[in-house]
Amino acid sequence: MTEVRTGWETVVGLEVHAELSTATKLFCGCRNVFGEEPNTNVCPVCLGLPGSLPVLNRMAVELAMRIGTALHCRVQPSQFHRKNYFYPDMPKDYQISQYDVPINADGWLELPGGRRVGIVRAHLEEDTGKTTHVGGGGRIHEASHSLVDYNRAGVPLVEIVSAPDMRSAEEAKAYVDELRAILVATGVSDGKMEEGSLRVDANVSVRPAGSDQLGTRCEIKNMNSLRSLGRAVEYEASRQIRLIGEGRTVIQETRHWDEGAGKTGSMRSKEEAYDYRYFPEPDLVPLAPPAEWLGRVAASLPRLPAERRAALAALSGSSPDSDAVVTVVRLGLDRLVEAAPPEHAALALRRTANEVASDTEAAARLDARAFARLVALEAGGKLTVAQARTVLKELMRRGGDPEEIAAELGFEALDAGSLEKVVDEVVAAHPAEWERYAAGEDKLAGFFVGLVKKATGGSADLGEASALLRSRRGG
Amino acid sequence: MPSRITPEDVKHVARLARLRLGPEEVQTFTAQLAAVLDHARDVEALDTAGVEPTAHPLPLVNVLRDDVPRRGSDRDEVLAEAPEVEDHRFRVPRILGEAP
Amino acid sequence: MSAREIAAAVRAGATSAAAVVEEHLERAEGGDGEVHAFNSLLADHARRAAVAVDRAVAEGRDPGPLAGVPVALKDNICTRGIPTTCSSRILDGWRPPYDATVVRRLADSGAVVIGKTNMDEFAMGSSTENSAFGPTRNPRDKTRVPGGSSGGSAAAVAAGFAPLALGSDTGGSIRQPAALCGVVGAKPTYGLVSRYGLVAFASSLDQIGPLAADVADAAVLLDAISGPDPADSTCLAGEAPRAAERLDAGVDGIRVGVVRELAEAEGMSADVVSRLRQAAEALAGAGAKVDEVSVPAAVYGLSAYYLIAPAEASSNLARYDGVRYGLRVEEPGGDVTEMYEATRTAGFGDEVKRRVMLGTYALSAGYYDAYYGKAQKVRTLIIRDFDAAYESFDVLLSPTAPGTAFPLGSKTADPLTMYLNDVCTIPSNLAGHPAISVPFGWGDDGLPVGVQVLAPALGETVMFQVAAHIERLAP
Repeated sequence: MTEVRTGWETVVGLEVHAELSTATKLFCGCRNVFGEEPNTNVCPVCLGLPGSLPVLNRMAVELAMRIGTALHCRVQPSQFHRKNYFYPDMPKDYQISQYDVPINADGWLELPGGRRVGIVRAHLEEDTGKTTHVGGGGRIHEASHSLVDYNRAGVPLVEIVSAPDMRSAEEAKAYVDELRAILVATGVSDGKMEEGSLRVDANVSVRPAGSDQLGTRCEIKNMNSLRSLGRAVEYEASRQIRLIGEGRTVIQETRHWDEGAGKTGSMRSKEEAYDYRYFPEPDLVPLAPPAEWLGRVAASLPRLPAERRAALAALSGSSPDSDAVVTVVRLGLDRLVEAAPPEHAALALRRTANEVASDTEAAARLDARAFARLVALEAGGKLTVAQARTVLKELMRRGGDPEEIAAELGFEALDAGSLEKVVDEVVAAHPAEWERYAAGEDKLAGFFVGLVKKATGGSADLGEASALLRSRRGG
Repeated sequence: MPSRITPEDVKHVARLARLRLGPEEVQTFTAQLAAVLDHARDVEALDTAGVEPTAHPLPLVNVLRDDVPRRGSDRDEVLAEAPEVEDHRFRVPRILGEAP
Repeated sequence: MSAREIAAAVRAGATSAAAVVEEHLERAEGGDGEVHAFNSLLADHARRAAVAVDRAVAEGRDPGPLAGVPVALKDNICTRGIPTTCSSRILDGWRPPYDATVVRRLADSGAVVIGKTNMDEFAMGSSTENSAFGPTRNPRDKTRVPGGSSGGSAAAVAAGFAPLALGSDTGGSIRQPAALCGVVGAKPTYGLVSRYGLVAFASSLDQIGPLAADVADAAVLLDAISGPDPADSTCLAGEAPRAAERLDAGVDGIRVGVVRELAEAEGMSADVVSRLRQAAEALAGAGAKVDEVSVPAAVYGLSAYYLIAPAEASSNLARYDGVRYGLRVEEPGGDVTEMYEATRTAGFGDEVKRRVMLGTYALSAGYYDAYYGKAQKVRTLIIRDFDAAYESFDVLLSPTAPGTAFPLGSKTADPLTMYLNDVCTIPSNLAGHPAISVPFGWGDDGLPVGVQVLAPALGETVMFQVAAHIERLAP
């Protein structure tokens, strides 16, 4: 979807780094775990000590193949390369990564609306250590010195690079949301932006609407949430449009998102395009996963979010990108809708997306069959909408049986027979109004329904009552 | 083959390699590196069209390790070798920029 | 006594490891002042290890095939808690927190490490004059170099300080000093011996190998350290060929090819070539089928090597930055980049700086294809020519070094002159093939000459078989 802003189009590509859910690091047996005391989770390999050598983690390869397959990539024989640069969080002053022959290439991801974003590549690489800047409020530029912890060095990452196919901040957010859902669904990563297991860098450029040339792009770093991502993309696009509007040019550079100030800023002491001097990693041998390993990976993939949305949509007669469907799939609550009787799927979807979704912890405990019975009760007129909501809340709070809860609350299900009796009584009590209604004065339906409501203490299904009146009338 | 290595090239690679050279050293190293690279020009004559590069002398593939934790290093033993330690971390002078 | 004789005597209880070690320590302490084979003599460590060997013998436990044999280790092999300096100021005093795999295997075999030997800094050199701690002198003539970069190990064996030594060979660094010192030195097939714990110079070329006074001792040492290691991805997984399998089998019917391009290489000394011809004739007389063979691409080995090795080294040596271990030179008020520069400038010698810059250049943007990329293709051509030669021959023969030991300081003015020392040894490193230098007579100056036997990958058995017979036939 093109965002037209005074004749401009925003172009966004995203680079997402996800920490893989392995037990150990990419090249050594140190545990892949967060929050340990500094430098207690290290060994000669991840410290890059003289004489140390990397050995590739089989599970990291499996997870890379899983995400590659889930993103419809070509999973191919690949090689590791060294990316050479100096930085204190780099134990070897080179990073083992993949360069021109990555394990996954040329795939796509489908956004909830159906639009596809191209995936250029998804490759394996090792994470760096963590630096803490001391003095100057923890910011790098005012610090007096820094401290380095290598616990995180060597943690396996998959870097997923999209094509510049997104056209707005909303699309960028939707992409990250969907990618995260896929990473979580496949068990590849727990994808938590706020905890750093999912990191997003955005490449943003602008161009005149209708142009097919790409403008100069800037890379934006340091967005720690979806909201930041959206705000940063918006800000950067505006900044570039304003610059060009003033007759100036956009300089290709890396910029830092400042959450507090709400702007992107140029990063100081930035060298000209860094020469990483990539060459094949001589301490590792090439990777060529056999076809039957790839087959096993593909066969064991769970249903992906796009498939689940399509299934729910078909079941409930809704659109796959409706808020209800998107919400239910994102929260993993499909099982509730699927457990309900198919003829009540639409109602089940509404209740799940609205009432159940509001309390995800309780939702996780909610028994699908109990929920299904509750939906059936409501759909069958045994409970009104208000009553059903109340019972659901109780069900979520303490579990149990929807019929029992309804009884406890005094919501005697008013069965169809007794409702007919009440309607008959009310009609009989007001023959003059009945004649007028029977003759065609439809607004008198409200009069009778109101009387039915009063007579039943509000527990009658008023829709059902209206239907009974109409059928009495013969229409 | 590219043109002869110049003093500017030598200064550039010295910077990339985090080495400081005095002006005389730049001259000396330029001459020495040029001599070695000149000698290497004889490979230019070789026809390597269609020849695959050898990154590894032996045809190994798929060397993998099970995802099983192993004991690492003792922190004290490692930090004992560190030039400067603060708070159980490696202390370094101020870093001017973000990682490239 | 040879290493085999020592081990047999210790195992039989005829002598104690303690006595053997004491004898060698005395010799070393007495003679090394002049030779400087050792960076550190480990008297306490050796005595404790000897005690453990003797206790095993006394308790009837198997003390290992090399029980009580003193071994000298090149100072680029990591020994836990014991300084491992690579003869560089930048690692002066560094104590690794782990042992190299070969060190553990030596301990398992009952051998006793008595010291760490001097070398060219980071294994870059052919004379051991590039050591930050002063050169080693050739025990045969102390005005001359022992060769390099494993000059200390070769000298230790030649001087009788230890019957066995380990060195490392990237372009000839075991074989050339062995030839110049008149001892046996072998480089195994790439991947036969684990590199875990060998401080890396050029990862796709480096191998650890044995030095000894005779072929049989070298074979036994190689068999003790070779074999699969899960800590090294480039270490072969299959069962290792046994070097000591056929030492007494003679050479009847063995096809021996004298490599024309190496025998006729630029700068070969006439007396060295004459010894090669003499060895070839002796083998023919003993029943071998000797002929000349052409390995045309071998002459390009030097050029390819002096692009590949420095390139890999420039990356391997990036980690020496003053952050985690070793030398740190910090300027008051300076930043971390200034610390990197000051540390590396003060910590590395000229040859190391030269090769690091050469390697950085060869990998840099715009030059990769012409230099590093092209050199890796030349490597393929060399392998092809060797493979063709081995269709018709079982082993090949060449000189080891172009001349005998040269005077200290005579080749240090021009690096290129020094590089030419490696013309005969480099092709085996590029191909990943094994090769061994065996003493065969003396030059016109009375200094040792070595003859080199080359074999195809995993051809250690036939290579040592032929080497043992050359030794038998040596003048």
